[in-house]
Amino acid sequence: MIADLGIAFGRVAFVMMFVLNLGGILTWVERKQSAIMQDRIGANRASIFGLRLLGLFHPLADAIKMLTKEDFRPARADRFLFGLAPFVSVFFALVAFASIPFGDTLRVAGREIPLQAVTLNVGILYVFAMLSLGVYGVMMAGWSSANNYALLGGQRAAALMISAEIAIGASIMGVVMVYGSLDMMDIVRGQGTLLWGWLPAWGIVTQPLAFVLFLTAGIAATKRIPFDMPEGESEIIGYFVEYSGMKFGMFAMADFLETVVIAGMTTSLFLGGWQVPYLAAEGFRFPGGAAWALPHLVVVPLQVGAFVGKVCAVIFFMMLVRWTLPRFRYDQAMRLGWLGLFPLSVLNIVLTGLLLLAWGAA
Amino acid sequence: MARAAFFVLAALATGSALGLILKKNAIHGALFLVVNLGSIAVLYLMLGAEFLAAAQVIVYAGAIMVLFVFAIMVLIPGKEETGPDPRRAYRLLALPLGAALLLLLGGVVAGRLGAPAAAGAAGDAGALGRLLFTRYLFPFEVTSVLLLAAMVGVLLLARRGA
Repeated sequence: MIADLGIAFGRVAFVMMFVLNLGGILTWVERKQSAIMQDRIGANRASIFGLRLLGLFHPLADAIKMLTKEDFRPARADRFLFGLAPFVSVFFALVAFASIPFGDTLRVAGREIPLQAVTLNVGILYVFAMLSLGVYGVMMAGWSSANNYALLGGQRAAALMISAEIAIGASIMGVVMVYGSLDMMDIVRGQGTLLWGWLPAWGIVTQPLAFVLFLTAGIAATKRIPFDMPEGESEIIGYFVEYSGMKFGMFAMADFLETVVIAGMTTSLFLGGWQVPYLAAEGFRFPGGAAWALPHLVVVPLQVGAFVGKVCAVIFFMMLVRWTLPRFRYDQAMRLGWLGLFPLSVLNIVLTGLLLLAWGAA
Repeated sequence: MARAAFFVLAALATGSALGLILKKNAIHGALFLVVNLGSIAVLYLMLGAEFLAAAQVIVYAGAIMVLFVFAIMVLIPGKEETGPDPRRAYRLLALPLGAALLLLLGGVVAGRLGAPAAAGAAGDAGALGRLLFTRYLFPFEVTSVLLLAAMVGVLLLARRGA
């Protein structure tokens, strides 16, 4: 009983710490990566006793700064919603990761522990649902600030999120059709098989179009450049214009957490999740017939490591996009969402259905 | 444990429904409706209907209500601009109609109280899909025609305005 509770707690704690810490480190990655891309040195001043560690203390310094700043509230603001909005934003971004598996079932001391925070047989829909609820935080912030610029930002955010989510929902349908399950664990397991005896059946192979559509819509859902029209930090001012201190920090944090969630979803649906190519439960089995047996307690950490590595790689790619492309105009983003991503996702569903029928008939 | 959770959720659902109709502020009312839809979704989850719960959150709380809140934010920007309801007379009709609906629903629920729970795994999306495309195919298709008609109507209205 106590052990079961401990295991459940451990699973949730692992996912929460992973998402939270990765989100925190991302503030550093964002600065350093942009600095490298723009031939600058980047943040490197925060130090503890002269120890700088490439500026890794900057997230810590940021947190202390934000927590000690004045928490200002406009006089005409809606008190309750103004205070609630940042929490709603962070909450849904944080819980969304719960049903994304970070490893295969771990077998220790006669127990079988699925390596994901929550086992849900509609896991993929759960992540999607939590992502779609996150927009309320932004809209509440925009409306409750009693500031027209904030209201505009909130409306832009709502319009953007809806057009992105339609495309996300439609593009994951193809993946669900191919692997025949709504459970993220089953989808990742399904990607462990080999096509023609050598090609891992990852989502990016079986659903290339859906991968591009999902990643584009996913980047839009994080509200970051090139889709940052809710805030448009360089010329418009966004939904959080009246926020200060840690409440402002929480909105920035929610964006980073959403980046982690989108990267986790991309990894699980299209990049094989925790699968390592040719690594089965009992060790490596290469296509040529060579094999390398490994104990279970080596295989599982390898798989968890592969998952973390893939998530970091996807985040790296999203940051590359963020520092490469200029911002879409509002109408361009809307057109991309409704006239580009959505029809293509529907086309992908039809094509996938036809191919699956043909495959089944052959 | 489950019983306690049920009562908490039931209180939350009823309270948020009351908040929806009693709040003068349209945004607050809409947000109460979101809370209501969410607590109903958790009730579905407790009944083992995981797919239904997810669909409820995605479709109602995540999409329809976002559009509602969006529309309210566009149309009613400030709290002081919501004046008295110009169609006050219609509100008097709400009382008898609401009482009739309550009686009807109460009758249906009371008739089903002792009945055994419906068989089959409601949480399984496959079983649900099979039912939708076999036993309930006709209502399912009629609903889609209804939605299509509404969409065409909206397009017509939008065109006339332009």
